[in-house]
Amino acid sequence: MATVRLEAIEKNPKYQHLVAERRSLGVTLSVLVCIIYYGFILLVAFAPTFLGASLTGGVTTVGIVVGVLVIVAAFLLTGFYVNRANGTYDTLTKQILEETSK
Amino acid sequence: MNRKLLYALTLGVGLTPGFAFAQAASSTQSVSPAAVTMFIFFVLVTLGITYWAAKRTKTAAQFYAAGGGITGLQNGLAIAGDYMSAASFLGISAFVYAWGYDGLIYSVGWLVGWPIVTFLIAEPLRNLGRFTFADVASFRFDQAPIRVLAASGTLVTVAFYLVAQMVGAGALIKILFGLEYWHAVVIVGCLMILYVTFGGMIATTWVQIIKAGLLLGGATLMAFLVLYAFNFNPGALFAKAVEVHPRHAAIMGPIFAPGAPVSTPLSAISTGVALMFGTCGLPHILMRFFTVPNAKEARKSVFYATGFIGYFYILTFIIGFGAIVFVSTNPDFIDQAKVAGGMSVINATRGFPNMAAPLLAKAVGGDVLFGFISAVAFATILAVVSGLTLAGASAISHDLYANVFARGKASEADEIRVSKIATVCLGIFAIGIGVLAERINVAFAVGLAFAIAASCNFPVLVMSMFWKNMTTRGAVVGGFLGLITAFLGVVLSPAVWEGIFGNAKGSSLVTIDNPTLFSMALAFAGIYVVSKLDTSARATSDRAGFPMQFVRSQTGVGAEGASAH
Repeated sequence: MATVRLEAIEKNPKYQHLVAERRSLGVTLSVLVCIIYYGFILLVAFAPTFLGASLTGGVTTVGIVVGVLVIVAAFLLTGFYVNRANGTYDTLTKQILEETSK
Repeated sequence: MNRKLLYALTLGVGLTPGFAFAQAASSTQSVSPAAVTMFIFFVLVTLGITYWAAKRTKTAAQFYAAGGGITGLQNGLAIAGDYMSAASFLGISAFVYAWGYDGLIYSVGWLVGWPIVTFLIAEPLRNLGRFTFADVASFRFDQAPIRVLAASGTLVTVAFYLVAQMVGAGALIKILFGLEYWHAVVIVGCLMILYVTFGGMIATTWVQIIKAGLLLGGATLMAFLVLYAFNFNPGALFAKAVEVHPRHAAIMGPIFAPGAPVSTPLSAISTGVALMFGTCGLPHILMRFFTVPNAKEARKSVFYATGFIGYFYILTFIIGFGAIVFVSTNPDFIDQAKVAGGMSVINATRGFPNMAAPLLAKAVGGDVLFGFISAVAFATILAVVSGLTLAGASAISHDLYANVFARGKASEADEIRVSKIATVCLGIFAIGIGVLAERINVAFAVGLAFAIAASCNFPVLVMSMFWKNMTTRGAVVGGFLGLITAFLGVVLSPAVWEGIFGNAKGSSLVTIDNPTLFSMALAFAGIYVVSKLDTSARATSDRAGFPMQFVRSQTGVGAEGASAH
C-alpha cells in the first residue's frame, strides 16, 4: 500500500472531519451506555425499594420497566450509531477515497 | 443449596446460575422420543452442512473466516448463536423462576457490552485484522511477544469457558436425555471436533445460525403460548405469578438473592465491568467480525446481534414468569415428598433449577415442545463450544505456530494442518477435563473467562487501536499484569478460595467478588506507564507505525481481510 496515499488521506480535511466526528459520537454514546448501565446497577444497590415500587398501583413495578428500558436503550443506541456510520460516515469515507485515489 | 448458589453468583457468574446445581440433580428424566428424534435430525443436518462446508474449506481464509463471504444478517445471527449459551437460556429463565426480578439484572449485564463493541471495536477490528484479534493487537508491534500475549489471553479465556460449557452440557444432557454424564461430554466433544476440523468457520457459522434460529424460534413460541394464556397482557401474567410464587410480591423487585451481584456496590460495579468489557474481549466473538466482507457489514452484524440478544433476554424473563405460573402449580412437576419435608414448590421442582424452561415447554406444548426445547438446548451447547474451539485453534495455529514459531514463513497448508491438529487436541482436552470436573462446581469458570477477556484481551486490543504511544513492551507488561491479577483475583476470592478449595471461612486474601475493576485498571495502567518509560528502538518504530495504522482502521484502505482481492 502506497504510503503516499495514506499520507494524502491523513491530510485530507474531510478525513480529519470524519475522524473527529466519529470519535466524538463513539465516545459520547459509550459514556451514555455506561451511565445508563452503572446507573441501573447503583439503583439496584442503593434504591431497591424504588425499583420494587408499583408502577401504577398494579403488580408491575418500576424496576421491570427500567430493566426493559435499559435493554431497549442499548439496542436503540447501537442502531443510531450504525445508521449514522452506514450513511454519513461511509459516504464521507467514499469521497475521501475517491479524492485520494489519483 | 444456597451456598452453591452463592458461589455461582458472587462471581458474577449468576451468568450460569443453573449450572451450579446441575450436579445436584440426581434423578434423570425419562427419555423423550421426540427429543431424541429432533436431536438426531439436528445432528444429521449439521453433519451434512459440515460435509458441504468441507468442500469449500481449502484456504486459510476459508478455514478461519469463511472466506469473508458471510452477510451482516447471517453474521448477526451467528454472533447471537455464539453468545447465547445454554447457561443463559436455561440458567436465566430458571433464575427468574426462583427469584423473579433478580434474573433481569443479569440479563441486562449480558447485553450492555454490545453497544461498546459497536461504538469502539467492530469497525477498526474489521479494517485491521484478518483472522484473529491478535492480527490487530500486533499490527504495528513486534509480532512474537504480542502474539504470545494475545494467544495466552485467548487460550485461557477459551479453556475456562469451554470447561464450563462441557460440564454444564454433560449435566444437562444427563437430565434431558437420560444419558450418562460422560457419554454426553464425549458426544458433544466429538461433534464439535467434526464440525471444526472438517468444516472450519463455514460449518461453525452455519451451526451457529441454525442454532440461533431454533433457539429464538423456540423461545418465541414459548413466550407466545404463555402470553396467549393471559390475552397478551403481561400485567395479568405478573399478577398470577405474584399470587402463586412463595415469595409473592417480592419477586417483582430486587430480592438480593443469596450472593446476588449487588452484595456490595463495589462488587456490583466490578462484576458489571467484567460483563461489559469482557464481551469486548471474547476471542470467539471478535473472530466473527472477520467473516464479513467489510466494515459496513461488520457494523450491521453487531446491530442485528444486539437486537436478537436483547429480544432473547426479554423472552427468558417471560419464560421464567411463565414457569412460575404453569410449572410450580402443576403437581406433575413437583416432588411432593420434598414439599412435605418443608421445601418450597420452587426448590422442589423436578430437575431444579435447570429445568424451568423445558418443563414449561412440556406444560404449554406437551411432549413435542419439550423434545424440541431439549434438542435446542443441546444444539445451543454445540454451537457455543464449536466457536470457542475454533478461536482456540486459531490462536495456536495462526498466532503461535505461523507467526511466532515459523516467523510468518509457514505455508498455508501447514498452518491449516496445525489448526486441525490443535482442534482435535483442544477437543480431547475439553472432553478429558469435562469428565474429570463432573463433581466440581465450575460456575466460577465463566466469570474467570470474562474477567480475563476484560483484563487482558480488551485493554491490549483497544490501546493498540487508539493510543499512539503504546509500545510492544508496554502491551506485554500491561496485558500479562491484567491476565495474572484477574486470574489470582478469582482464585483468591471467597467463592473459589473458600468455596471450592475448602479453605477456612474468612481466609481468602481478596474480599471483592470479581476482580475485574482492579485487574483491568492495572492492565491499562501497566500499558500506560511502561509504554511512557519505554525508550527502546522498538518503541520508536511502534509509535511511528500508528498514523498509517490509524488511517487504515478508519477508512479500510489496504484492509485485506479474509476476502482478499
